[in-house]
Amino acid sequence: MNNALQMLLGKKGLPGLLILAFILLVVFPLTMDVDGLNLTGRFLAFAFVAVGLVLAWGYGGLLSLGQGLFFGIGGYAMAMYLKLEASTPEATAIQTTPGIPDFMDWNQITSLPWFWEPFHSLTFTVLAILTLPALFAAFIGFALFTRRVSGVFFAIITQAIVTIATILVIGQQGYTGGVNGITDLRTLKGWDIHTDQALVVFYFATVVLLFAMIALGMWVLSTKYGRILMATRDQENRIRYSGYSVAYFKIFIFALAGFMSGIGGAMFTLQVGFMSPSIIGIIPSIEFVIFAAVGGRLSLLGAVYGSLLVGYARVTFAEAFPQLWLFLIGAVFIAVVMFAPYGLAGLYNTHVRPRVEAFLVRMGWRPGAPPSDTPRAIDPQAAQEARK
Amino acid sequence: MTTHTPLLLAVEDLTVSFDGFKAIEGLNFYVDTGELRVVIGPNGAGKTTLLDLICGKTKPTEGSIKFRDTELTRLREHQIVWKGVGRKFQTPSVYEGLTVYENLEVSYPEGKTVFGALLFKNTPKVDRKIRETAEAIFLTDMLERPASELSHGQKQWLEIGMLLIQDPELLLLDEPVAGMSVRERELTADLLNRITEGRSVIVIEHDMNFVKQIARKVTVMHQGKVLAEGDMETVQSDPRVIEVYLGH
Repeated sequence: MNNALQMLLGKKGLPGLLILAFILLVVFPLTMDVDGLNLTGRFLAFAFVAVGLVLAWGYGGLLSLGQGLFFGIGGYAMAMYLKLEASTPEATAIQTTPGIPDFMDWNQITSLPWFWEPFHSLTFTVLAILTLPALFAAFIGFALFTRRVSGVFFAIITQAIVTIATILVIGQQGYTGGVNGITDLRTLKGWDIHTDQALVVFYFATVVLLFAMIALGMWVLSTKYGRILMATRDQENRIRYSGYSVAYFKIFIFALAGFMSGIGGAMFTLQVGFMSPSIIGIIPSIEFVIFAAVGGRLSLLGAVYGSLLVGYARVTFAEAFPQLWLFLIGAVFIAVVMFAPYGLAGLYNTHVRPRVEAFLVRMGWRPGAPPSDTPRAIDPQAAQEARK
Repeated sequence: MTTHTPLLLAVEDLTVSFDGFKAIEGLNFYVDTGELRVVIGPNGAGKTTLLDLICGKTKPTEGSIKFRDTELTRLREHQIVWKGVGRKFQTPSVYEGLTVYENLEVSYPEGKTVFGALLFKNTPKVDRKIRETAEAIFLTDMLERPASELSHGQKQWLEIGMLLIQDPELLLLDEPVAGMSVRERELTADLLNRITEGRSVIVIEHDMNFVKQIARKVTVMHQGKVLAEGDMETVQSDPRVIEVYLGH
């Protein structure tokens, strides 16, 4: 019964997608100024991670407390490219070694490290953003899942990995910009990224990419893979005897979540104009999980609402009471886990949706049956309709 | 002249010890192609452990398990399934969150890799096979219901159906009638007699009446070893078996 409930709660169809698209593409741009839009765009960059977590955690049962790592790889890759573009010999003429990023010069580094070289190329950078986070996730997944590490142990190890990564970035100041991160990014192919026009373009690009990720996630969940994923989450020991190599099924969804996070990281860097360890560490990594939990861990669209809502709450509340923010967000997380385990999407499905459906039917806008445009796997009811 | 050996499974000198306790010790056990073998024995005899070893759930300390020409002890669980060994567990384990239809679809022997599963198409052939299987396990009316809504006996049938659709050459059944009503037992005995056509089956069972209904050859296990083997009457009249079952 509980499982059937879970599936119903994960139900999201075309109407929900259209409503979100309308909000993000029409309502926000019409009602917000560029700064507001830019702020929203940053939250949406976090939503990439939350959408990935819905897949990996909600559907795959893999609670990762280290998604900041993949967000960071994407974000740093983008920042390295932009930093190199900003560090022309002319712009850095006052340095001891002109032509390298300023923080390297401050750390007595006299030539560009080898791993920075390829980031002169935008093509390489884009490929790195699209592949490195997924490859790292696949590698970590391979190391852990083939050894059957799961549950809380997996969560702790991912958290440890992101901690190690943060310490490494901070410690290697000359190569990474250290605790300050990579700052003072200016142009993308000569195009000033701080202009209003650029910020609006980045906002819309973020929204479009985010919808691409959601569509990708919906497709994955609608395939047989999606059903195997849920079967694995609920009965891991049984699925092996249906002939599936559990480890590879987990590696795939974890890599997909990493892939999404990396793109979010790159979009974040573009919109903010810097990248630093404070955005990828333990606290942000846990916040990503909270975004997904608040939105509803079985709802891809909920993840977007969760990211926006917690994001706005943070800027509103944290400005007034900065010390209390962490306590508040912790309390919110506990409250969600205890009282609304399926988050906003769950509350919507149990309390609001029946009324909306009834209203639509009463107004004659929809026949009595539920819509059948929902993914079959996560909606037994629609599946039943479709097969009749 | 060479004779064709119909041997499907050869378990030889198999030993497994858990922290020094030998659950199976020096076991030799052979199953022919097309044979239905019932394994009985008192609690703790190592019956379930034997099935665990064959399907890869447990790795042996020593010995070999040959399935045709393949050494199963070196393979992982899903590879053993691919070779043609299917396992049904003692407590019914079906995917409760999925519908009966989806349970069977997930068990269908295609699209077993990640990308295979992503690109898996439910063709009319697959659909037909699923519906045929559902009919064989008396669950046609329940196809669209979540498996969590099934009764205990129906879950047992569904699990048998999930194995059936895998089309294994060797079927391992651990107490398939446990917890079933008398009527369900009869249907299950009939079902087992039908699905064993053309494949080998190892059944663990406690219910002697049920064993009599299906058994041709019986292996009695005791303390991790084979105590007796033969047809039902021979085994039942074996003094060592009587000793083990009736106590001292």
